Order: sequence, then C-alpha cells, then structure tokens
Amino acid sequence: MHFVVCIKQVPDSAQIRVHPVTNTIMRQGVPTIINPYDLFSLEEALRLRDKVGGEVTVLTMGPPMASDSLRKALTIGADRAVLLTDRFFAGSDTLATTYALAQAIRKIGETFGPPDIVFAGKQTIDGDTAQVGPGIAKRLDMLQLTYVSGIVDLDNESRVIKLERRSEGGTQLLQSRLPCMITMLEGSNVVRRGRIDDALRAARAEIVTWSAKDAGIEDLQLCGLRGSPTVVKKVFAPPARAEKAALVEIGATPGDTAEAFIEAIFAKSPALEADVAKLASGF
Amino acid sequence: MSEQKPAPQAAGSRASMKKELPEKYRNHKHVWVYIEMERGVVHPVSFELLGEGRKLADQLGVDLAGVVMGAPGEDVKQAARETFAYGADVVYLVENPVLADYRNEPYSKALTQLVNAHQPEILLLGATTLGRDLAGSVATTLLTGLTADCTELRVDDDKSLAATRPTFGGSLLCTIYTLNYRPQMATVRPRVMPMPPRQEGREGRIVPFVTDLTESDIITKILSFMPDRDSNKSNLSFADVVVAGGMGLQSPENFQLVKNLAAVLGAEFGASRPLIQKGWVTADRQIGQTGKTIRPKLYIAAGISGAIQHRVGVEGADMIVAINTDKNAQIFDFAHLGIVTDAIRFLPALTEAFRKRLSPHSNDRLAG
Repeated sequence: MHFVVCIKQVPDSAQIRVHPVTNTIMRQGVPTIINPYDLFSLEEALRLRDKVGGEVTVLTMGPPMASDSLRKALTIGADRAVLLTDRFFAGSDTLATTYALAQAIRKIGETFGPPDIVFAGKQTIDGDTAQVGPGIAKRLDMLQLTYVSGIVDLDNESRVIKLERRSEGGTQLLQSRLPCMITMLEGSNVVRRGRIDDALRAARAEIVTWSAKDAGIEDLQLCGLRGSPTVVKKVFAPPARAEKAALVEIGATPGDTAEAFIEAIFAKSPALEADVAKLASGF
Repeated sequence: MSEQKPAPQAAGSRASMKKELPEKYRNHKHVWVYIEMERGVVHPVSFELLGEGRKLADQLGVDLAGVVMGAPGEDVKQAARETFAYGADVVYLVENPVLADYRNEPYSKALTQLVNAHQPEILLLGATTLGRDLAGSVATTLLTGLTADCTELRVDDDKSLAATRPTFGGSLLCTIYTLNYRPQMATVRPRVMPMPPRQEGREGRIVPFVTDLTESDIITKILSFMPDRDSNKSNLSFADVVVAGGMGLQSPENFQLVKNLAAVLGAEFGASRPLIQKGWVTADRQIGQTGKTIRPKLYIAAGISGAIQHRVGVEGADMIVAINTDKNAQIFDFAHLGIVTDAIRFLPALTEAFRKRLSPHSNDRLAG
C-alpha cells in the first residue's frame, strides 16, 4: 500500500518574538520543527506500512529549507520525500494550499503509485486552522476521517478500514473505505525514534523537489495570494486595556498581604464575595 | 493558515485586496449559524454564535437563520424552537435519516446543497471537532474563504465580514476578510462569545429543505458510539471561579499550590500551555487559544506571563487577578488587579487568608 503523509515545517512557536517597535514577527533565528501534530500521522502511516507492507511518502510545501523537515521524516522511517516549492505558492491561504498539495498528491500517484491513505496533521501549531486535511480530502474526493484516535483494522483485500474517531462527547467506531484522508489525534501513538540505518539512508537520500510546473499545476491563478479567497488586511498586537492592573502593595507579612489582596478583590466587585462564599461552602 | 503574510497596504496592489464582488455572489444575503447537534442535543456554542450572528444581521439589515440538520423527529424540532429562542428569524430544517449522527459525507453534502440553494452571505460554525470537520470540507467544495477560531466578528464599512483571530502561535492578532467570495465563513471556539439571553416563546419561520441523500450512498458507517464518562472531565469552561498556574511555579510539585487554592474556593484549576507541554498538567486543563476558553466570575492567574495565546482564552472573565514576580509581565496589561510577588510563596498565604475569610464562622461574624 502507498501512504502519503503531508507535513509542515513550522517555527517553534515557543520561540517566536515580536519586534517591540515595528510589531512584526522576528522570524530570524527561530528554530523550525516538523509540526508536532504531523508526527502522530507519520507514525501511524509507518505502523500501517510495517504491518501490511508498502511505502510511506512524505510531502511538504514550503521554501527550499523545508527539506530539513523532510529529511527528518526520512530519519524517522519514511521511504521517500517530496518537496513542493515555488515562489508562486507564497502567501497561500488554506484553500490555495490544498489546491497545490492535492495536485502534488495526484502527481505522486502518477509517478510512484496511487495513494491508499493520505495522512495530514490534525492542525498546525502556527496556523491552528485544522482546514488543510479536510480540504485535501475534498479536492481528491477521498473519504474524510479526522480526529482519529486509533486504527482498529485495515483489510488489504476488501479495502475496508475500521477506526475510532473522537467526536464531541465520545468516540465513534467507524467503518470506511480506501482511499481516505486521515488526521490523527495527538497522543494516539508514540512517535518512534528512527533506526541507525534509516538515519544513514536519510543522510544520503535524494529529496524529490518539484516546482508548480513539475507537479502538473497549470493554473497558477489558483496558487499563492491570487488563489486565496481570504485576505489578511491587518496584523496587530492586541490593544492594552486602558487601565493596567491595579497593583496591591506588599504588606508586613504574607498573611497581611493576602488579606489586603482579598479585600481589594471584593472591593472591586462586592457581589463576588457572596458567589465565592457559596461556591466555597460546596453549595 | 497563518503563513499568509499581511498584504501590502497600498490599495490595488493586488486584485483580491479590493472588493469586487462577482455578479454571481450578489444575491447572497442573510447571516447563518450552523446549529450543531450531537446525539440529539444542541452544543451551547451554537447559541453563543446566534448571539453574535444577531448583531451582524442587525448591522447588515438582514435575517439571522439557523441551520438545523438531523434525523426526523422531536430532537430537531426542539432544536429549531431553541434556535428561535436564542434570536434566529428563520430555521432551515434538514431532516433525513442519514443525518442521524454526524458523518462528514452526508453532512457536508447536505450543508453544501443548502448553501447553494439559499445563498447566505455569512456562515458561522462552532470550532468544535464537528464544526471544524464540516467547515473545512464545505468551504473547499464552495471554493470560498474560511477563517478559523475567530475571537471577534464585525461588519466593516463596506459590509464585509472582518474576522479577527490570533496568529503566529498566538503572539499577534490578525483581521481576515473574504472580499470576493461567498459565503464568508468563520468558526468560533466555545465560550469565546457570551451566551445571549434566551427569549422564551420567541418564534420564527421554518423553511424545510429536502436532500436526496440515502443511506446506500454513504460509504462510512457508524458501528458504535462510546460516550465519555463525565466524571473525569474538567468543567473549566463553565466554572465560576478558576485558578491557574504557569511557568512561574517552577516545578511540577508547586502546582499543588494552585490545586490547594482551588479546593478552598470550590474552583476549577487550569494551567497555561507550557505546563501542558512539559507534562505537568493534563491537556484537558489547558487554558488559552489552543486549550479551553473560560468565562468565570473570578480568574486567578499565578505565575502566568500572559501571552496572547493565554489572554484570548481568559478575556471573557469578569475579574482577572494576577500574581507575577515581573511587574512588566503582559498579564498586568489585561488583569484588573495584580500583585508583584512570587506565586510560590504567596499562594499558601492567599489560600489560608481565603479559608479564614470564607469560613462559616467568619460569615457569622460579618453578619453579626
């Protein structure tokens, strides 16, 4: 079977800073990682490959340096890596992104064999939209199975897949069919450490690099900013509240300070004391 | 996705920056809210969205409609009545046995058909597992814009929807428009918007909509459903008092200080994102953009710096109280009351002082 895993290289969000004067993102020097949610999908693809046989292809769209993340995925155990990179993709929103990725997956299908399951991350840590997986599924006319917490069974012959899916208030046990698009829930598996021979192979592996044209994308109007129905008009730091927090003075002892602090809380909102007292008494 | 860079300010530098709504979209009118039902019950986020949708509809001078989909029966009729009670003028009612439980295939097909038939200008959904699954595929089929996890929705001067959301991992906000496509779609997370008042007996118009979907068309089958046991789930989103800790606590052991204060107050406890990432606290206790949004009467933040990621999850609190050693911490920009001190030392004293103040004995004395 052929499993295609879409990954994204993202800035390590814990380390992003905002320029104090210009209010723009300071990306320089911020380390990049594979979007953590993607790793659960990569691991699940590797497990299925190890169980039923086949190949895992990882795909990313991004600048040339995104090949670092692909090589990392090869180190973890993927068999092949495809980088989709072209200046025409700059500024893509989720709709334009899914167009480009879906085209690339079609091309992967023509070149290396049709995918049985396409995996994507549940969401990214930089965009947090959770829209790219569903968008790819729709464009490729694949069944869409998001928030999957476990794959119960995959039958090679009948192409029937059984899996557990997280829904509001519970877990659905679903039966569906290949080809499908799956996003895995975080924590649904434990991502492996790559083996030494995978690392050696990854270091030497060639990363298949495609431009828009290479991927068979003819309509550049559907790519990048032009192909994006959403327009970001303004990026800004949130306005500070007119008044900053009123600060309570430190008293002679921690106990005094604490009492003054509580007094200040209830002085600001007298009705609150009765509410809190009621809650505290357990009623 | 947030990779999108802010477009140049110069107007006309790019076609999509200008509003030139194609002819085919000009009949799109009215504001819709998708009324999310799972197992017969409406998700509260749908009512919160009706409150927000009402404001948008009034500004635009159009109707507010709710979309109710499900198996034929009393549940959908009850949901329609509730939708009117929370402010809708119209309910599009889609009844079909294939819609008994949520599955992407029949739901995305039915909603797409309904949008194409009745052409809304704005379509809002909850940013839940269901809403995100559905919104992504419907927007792709319609080839329109979708903005996820909005924290503010507004109608602009030219009547476009201005959807504001955190970006870059929650360090900044951005305002996103879908100028030249319809409907303009957005999702909002539960508890981000206030619950509007329920107007008992409020009525509206029901518009039935028939889909031709049959079970034999649908490949994915639901074999069974295992409901969560509610006992071990946190009730953070709906708690009246919340105490939370952040990196200022310095060690997982010190998180017990937060739990102790919460216990004395009868409060729920939570944590900022780094503590979840470090594994000190379970993910269901995370407060912020990527965790839970809370709207308590009192929120006490101990050792939390207050990045936007966190801020957008707590701004709905009536009173925000912050304890932090750094007087320049961002949390003091939006807290109402603060104290510059070490939470590790201060929390035990605060817990004890609350215990004294709130004990029945102390209440008697106050009453006397």
